Amino acid sequence: MLGYISRRLLMSIPVLIGILLVTFVLARLIPGDPCKAMLGEKASPAVCERFKRIHGLDQPIYVQFVVYAGQIVQGDFGKSIRFSRPVSKILIERLPLTIELALGGLIVALIVGVGLGVISAMRHNTGVDVITMIAANIGISMPVFWLGLMLAYAFALLLKGTPFWLPPSGRLTAGLVSTPFFEVWGWIAAKDSAREAFYNFIANHFIFNALITGDWKIFNDAIRHMILPVITLSTIPMAIIARMTRSSLLEVMGRDYVRTARAKGAGEPRVMTRHALRNALLPVVTIVGLQMGGLLGGAVLTETVFGLAGVGRMLFEAITARDYPIIQAFTVVIAVFYMLINLVVDLSYGYLDPRIRIE
Amino acid sequence: MIGTSLKRSAEAFAELQDEETLLRSPTTLWKTALGRLFRRKTGIVGMILVGFMLFLAIAAPLIAPHDPLNVLIGKEDGVRKRSAPCIHMFGCDTAKPQHILGVDGNVRDLLSRIIYGARVSLSIGFTTVAFAVTFGVILGAIAGYWGGWIDNIIMRVMDVILGFPSLLLAIAIVAVLGPGIRNALLAIAIVTLPAYARVMRASVLTIKELDYIAASKVVGSSKLRILLLRVLPNALTPIVVLSTLGIAGAILDAAGLSFLGLGAQPPTPEWGSMLGSERNQVFSAPHLVFFPGFAIMITVLGFNLLGDGMRDALDPRLND
Repeated sequence: MLGYISRRLLMSIPVLIGILLVTFVLARLIPGDPCKAMLGEKASPAVCERFKRIHGLDQPIYVQFVVYAGQIVQGDFGKSIRFSRPVSKILIERLPLTIELALGGLIVALIVGVGLGVISAMRHNTGVDVITMIAANIGISMPVFWLGLMLAYAFALLLKGTPFWLPPSGRLTAGLVSTPFFEVWGWIAAKDSAREAFYNFIANHFIFNALITGDWKIFNDAIRHMILPVITLSTIPMAIIARMTRSSLLEVMGRDYVRTARAKGAGEPRVMTRHALRNALLPVVTIVGLQMGGLLGGAVLTETVFGLAGVGRMLFEAITARDYPIIQAFTVVIAVFYMLINLVVDLSYGYLDPRIRIE
Repeated sequence: MIGTSLKRSAEAFAELQDEETLLRSPTTLWKTALGRLFRRKTGIVGMILVGFMLFLAIAAPLIAPHDPLNVLIGKEDGVRKRSAPCIHMFGCDTAKPQHILGVDGNVRDLLSRIIYGARVSLSIGFTTVAFAVTFGVILGAIAGYWGGWIDNIIMRVMDVILGFPSLLLAIAIVAVLGPGIRNALLAIAIVTLPAYARVMRASVLTIKELDYIAASKVVGSSKLRILLLRVLPNALTPIVVLSTLGIAGAILDAAGLSFLGLGAQPPTPEWGSMLGSERNQVFSAPHLVFFPGFAIMITVLGFNLLGDGMRDALDPRLND
């Protein structure tokens, strides 16, 4: 197993370098002069010359890349042009929201998706199965942003005044403030220290922060704000997982070992969970890893629809504003995040199916 | 289960015994597949939906009540910006002009724009996939057939592309190339290309070990001839299925880009951008958001079902 893990880790290094290279090249290719973008259209050539020297833009392109890669590896993402603040600080503010959103979406998609898939497979060719699969087919065909807007319309407008009303935008109701756990507990971190950054990063997960500090009012409010975005984001992966679980389970249920389990008198729930589902979930795990990419992409659209200031929305705004440092940093972070998830998926796959490790 | 399959083999054997069957001209894989496609509900529903959208796209000028770009203000009495659907047959005041799906923010007939939108979305879907399939198949075939360092380079590049969430990479590419329908199309083609390359490479790897390839080599065919005439045609089945599903994905992604303002630009009647430009009006004029999105969903659903049906029809193992 150790050999498999290290081999898999080594394999991701070229991809990581590729990701750095692509983001570097893409950011350089975006039309527009960075000097003029930062200092204004009227910047004189002499000023631009100095600007380029200071930022290392007069160096050969491969030197620039090495410097850039070195900085990224050290966690130094430079300063945002638009906000003139360190990009890492902006990341600390924005990333937690996207993590909560994506994690929530993944959990809902997994639980509901696998559940529906199992029900569908167990009631194969019945009305339940047919309806579930029709719903799943519609689910994978829906544009994320449309679903989000329609849910917002239904829950925020049509259900206004009922207990089912849900807020159509934002993270918290205006006026509510999430108190960071380190302030509640009196933990003190030096200003601009790595520890402060880490504390802030954790505290910006509002739901988690409210949970550990026991602030139920904020917890409730944050959850209510998350429901619609999470449903929106999870629908497509949920439908895909449901279909995958169903077809995989149907295949497994025809196998000899399932028949053997039944023959020796195991009850249907036991056959399902112990014998069939365990084997059927292998392909589902792979799909989950792949779906995370869609989830992160879908986060851009979901965050746009629900007015959430997460990584995806930020990246999109940075692109339209030509804020290169943010574009580079956020793309790298998202890509690395995605790579790590797929690494975990691959590792768990190797754990679940010993045959893969040996190969 | 075994009983039924035994019975089926017996039937197949009996059919073989039948002289007429023996004399019947052989059917091709595609012919059989088409026959099977027509026997499946998913395939039929998919074909109907796709056919319907194709009909809208082709016949748009004949069935659309208005020009999709025509601003109706001053040209029609009583027409109001973002007015809700008005159908005279269902009791709408006949003094008001009839607009089956309502009027958009620029006072244009929504139904006409949606009908013309089928043209835009379908052509986006087809071109993107054609582009991605062509280059994906070429790259995958080269990687699989030649192997060695070429294979390594091509597939590592594909890995890097797959290393990004596809919509995000597409957004970044459009940022570089500039917003617009053509660039959005290119971006989506680039990010979806690796899927085809991978599938193609995998099929080529299996096929090139088969006996008929060895036979072709023995006869003295050139590498290129073997690749083009012996390997490619036999590796295309999964590509056909994948590309049908790919059209669905491409339409969805293009709509997403247009929604963000990176794809089709106004006044092009593209569903995603129609929806995007009116998204802040969802509470006051929900029809402007609902109908374009519904059109996207129906089209994507059609291609998804058709793709599923084709996968079932082309995969002999699933034949039942």
